[in-house]
Amino acid sequence: MRVGIPKEVESGERRVAGTPRTVERLVNDGFEVWIQQGAGISAEHTDAAYTQAGGTIVDDIQKLWAESDIVLKVHPPMAHPDLGKHEVDMLGEGKCIIGFIWPAQNKLLLEKLAQKKTSVIAMDCVPRITRAQKVDALSAMANAAGYRAVIEAANAYPRFLAGQSTAAGAIAPAKVLIIGGGVAGLAAIGAARGLGAIVRAFDTRPEVGEQVRSLGAEFLDLQVKLDEDGAGEGGYAKVMSPEYIEAEMKLFAKQAMEVNVIISTALIPGKKAPTLITAGMVESMREGSVIVDLAAQQGGNCSLTQPGKMIQHKGVRIIGYTDLPSRMAIQSSWLYSSTLVNMIEEMGSSENFKVDLENEIIRGSLVTHDGEITWPPPKPKPAHGKIADQPWTENTAVIEQATKEGAKKSVDTGFVGLLVALLSILGVGAVAPESLLSHLTVFILACFVGWQVVWNVAPALHTPLMSVTNAISGIIIVGGMLQLSGSPSSIVTILGAVAVFIATINISGGFLVTKRMLAMFRK
Amino acid sequence: MADNIVTVAYICSAILFILSLAGLSTPETARRGIIFGVIGMAIALLATAGSHEFSGYGMLALAIVPAVAIGAFLAARVKMTEMPELVAILHSFVGAAAVLVGFATYFNPENQLAGIERIIHDVEVYIGVCIGSITFTGSVIAFAKLRGIMSGSPLTLPGRHLLNLAMLLGTIVLGIAFARAETTSSAIIMLLIATVITGVVGVHMVMAIGGADMPVVVSMLNSYSGWAAAAAGFMLSNDLLIITGALVGSSGAILSIIMCRGMNRSFISVILGGFGTASGKAAVVEGEAIPIEVDETVELLKQAKKIVIIPGYGMAVAQAQHALAHVTEILRDKGADVKFAIHPVAGRLPGHMNVLLAEARVPYDIVHEMEDVNADFDQTDVVLVIGANDIVNPSALDDPNSPIAGMPVLECWHAKTVIVMKRSMASGYAGIGNPLFVRSNTRMLFGDAKKNVDAILAAYRD
Repeated sequence: MRVGIPKEVESGERRVAGTPRTVERLVNDGFEVWIQQGAGISAEHTDAAYTQAGGTIVDDIQKLWAESDIVLKVHPPMAHPDLGKHEVDMLGEGKCIIGFIWPAQNKLLLEKLAQKKTSVIAMDCVPRITRAQKVDALSAMANAAGYRAVIEAANAYPRFLAGQSTAAGAIAPAKVLIIGGGVAGLAAIGAARGLGAIVRAFDTRPEVGEQVRSLGAEFLDLQVKLDEDGAGEGGYAKVMSPEYIEAEMKLFAKQAMEVNVIISTALIPGKKAPTLITAGMVESMREGSVIVDLAAQQGGNCSLTQPGKMIQHKGVRIIGYTDLPSRMAIQSSWLYSSTLVNMIEEMGSSENFKVDLENEIIRGSLVTHDGEITWPPPKPKPAHGKIADQPWTENTAVIEQATKEGAKKSVDTGFVGLLVALLSILGVGAVAPESLLSHLTVFILACFVGWQVVWNVAPALHTPLMSVTNAISGIIIVGGMLQLSGSPSSIVTILGAVAVFIATINISGGFLVTKRMLAMFRK
Repeated sequence: MADNIVTVAYICSAILFILSLAGLSTPETARRGIIFGVIGMAIALLATAGSHEFSGYGMLALAIVPAVAIGAFLAARVKMTEMPELVAILHSFVGAAAVLVGFATYFNPENQLAGIERIIHDVEVYIGVCIGSITFTGSVIAFAKLRGIMSGSPLTLPGRHLLNLAMLLGTIVLGIAFARAETTSSAIIMLLIATVITGVVGVHMVMAIGGADMPVVVSMLNSYSGWAAAAAGFMLSNDLLIITGALVGSSGAILSIIMCRGMNRSFISVILGGFGTASGKAAVVEGEAIPIEVDETVELLKQAKKIVIIPGYGMAVAQAQHALAHVTEILRDKGADVKFAIHPVAGRLPGHMNVLLAEARVPYDIVHEMEDVNADFDQTDVVLVIGANDIVNPSALDDPNSPIAGMPVLECWHAKTVIVMKRSMASGYAGIGNPLFVRSNTRMLFGDAKKNVDAILAAYRD
């Protein structure tokens, strides 16, 4: 099978859907890989590097699109500016495209792809399940974006981020507020901490607090007791109630006056990004402050954000770049293309490549197939086999009840047993001679003593307990010894001697091995 | 030595034996306990040898001297992972000795009794021989299973319960006939037949029990060896034997109870053998395990502040305890809080894991029991499961149809991350799937436990 990697035509895009490393993986998986001439140049990958990795450089774009079985893309297919032809039109019928598609925004594109009977895997639609982590391209890109956001902020910020004490005077560290504790937010926290800033973070999902704190940032609490959890479907945030938003806005207004840098990453899937930073808040910030709005493409968390641009508003710089991952083209390309290769491997690699509609990951990401638009995917079946997330309520109760009944039963049988034992002792007492009864007394008392003593043995010492009881049960040697006094050749003496012999092994072996074991126990 | 002195000496050694067992309540007092036990045994032997009835010194020396050497050799050479085998074979010796003492007593011409006393004495001999025989053959089979000479899987003959019942009834009937026997020769033949039948009972009983139930079997045989000694005490009218036998017998019984509780199974169901008595169909485990490599494991461990390690029989098989102890030491030096969590039935012997960890010089105050650790898992960063399976199976709690339903388990899945080191996805001894392996916070580190722990250690040393 042939995989084609064209050069991205979106203006300003530096990333590419395959790097020499991932091309090599594909070649090893048995694919033939075609790379458009110069596809990797803006990500610092030369054509020679691709050839060395086993790929073939193709300079005819139309041929690459027409003859590839799987086309790997970063951006959704679009009209080619040089050829004046749409990329989909160049594609052969019934082929496969893997890349970011954004189906909600690109309905027309979906129809176009469906007409071509293309099987399209949208990397932005990968379901949020544990198994799909290796194909989670959004997280990989968000990670890069979060890091880069801090770097861009630091670049635009005309002060130090880290605090310093110098001979010329002390410099206070910058305060950075990160809004949203998703992958991008967490990456931003890490980067900002690394640069020495004081970092605070806010998220509507309380469980994010722990992760925020683990990265060394302060987690801002709303201080209002609202019984609301911001976690929506698939672990993403959801739209909150008006009361909540009011409290949230108050917090941001207060923070805006204190912090020097705000990095906002708040997104709600399928919705316009919430406006969290008003013009008033921007104006209340100190001169020279920086806002980086990672939600710029989805409308921006700041009302003043202009997508793709950096603007200055009353001394505050507002960065709305939408190409942050692209600004780290080498590694973004590699991370992204690795998720693509993982997806191809999930689909059966070159040997058994197919669109498996039973596979939860593939069904979830598939947006067109066999002439049909298959987006949005059907809701996943209710957690079948996902034991992990199910509460243990009912079943546990059943078992508890069963255990209780069992306990009651064992008490009953214990009582009956005691009664039987008493009766049989009485029975023996009625017929047995006195000597037997005195032995019986000793026996029963010894059982009780043993019972009381052994319950106190530490469970850690159960093995030494067994070996020491092994040793002392060698006391049966006494029984053997009592038979030794007859003639040495009599059967009684011989049997006794053998008994003494093996009992002695028990005594010496048991005591010595116990001693050896106990010597090992140390504090 | 006068009889009275011998009796007093016996009382002394009985008390010393009790103190010896009492000493095992903590590791500090345990060493002193062993000394008590040795002194008790020495007093008992000297008193017996010094009693006026005793004169077979030559025979005694001939039997004792090589046996002490053999015992010392075994004790010095046995590997800690082989302790279950050693314990099992030592049980068989007690059983065999009880059989021999029983026969010798019966043959001994000095025992001239008549009437009810003779019958009682005959019954005592008979019971002693039968218990001894069961202990002997059962322990030999347990030894063979633990040693791997014999397959660990349970042998389930059709109608095995009927067979056991028939043999039991046969033994009782034969016992009555034996006590009533007119001539010594016919009585001896009956005693021999009874020995064989009970020997077969012992073989069959242990054959029917699976590998994972071995802790119960070994404890039970420990108990039997005690009862065998006590029975010998009755036939010889020797109180010291009775007391010691009773101590050992109840000790083994308690261990059996603890092991059965650890598995939430009744003693009877374990002894009758076979596994999987629960009705209904256990839920099939679905989902995909997430494998990880050694370097990721090291990363996870490096970031963890609280770590719990759960060892199982697999650790013993792979001999990974020494490398694990080194890793533990390094982690503790770096400031991590490392604990070991021991399930009561982990391993093939009660307390087996503790001994292995002690051998590897893991301090015993970081080795905890199940109850102490279960509440802490939600504050734990990383749980490392090494060669354990059924004792960390969540279906014991949430699937009433699971064969191990209701068995207390180490609830490690409440921790942030669980790393399971395992050879493959195969089931444990109980032969049931483990949903732990496919949980979202579980990572599987496949491969030989020793190799993987060594690799982790190497990564830390670099």
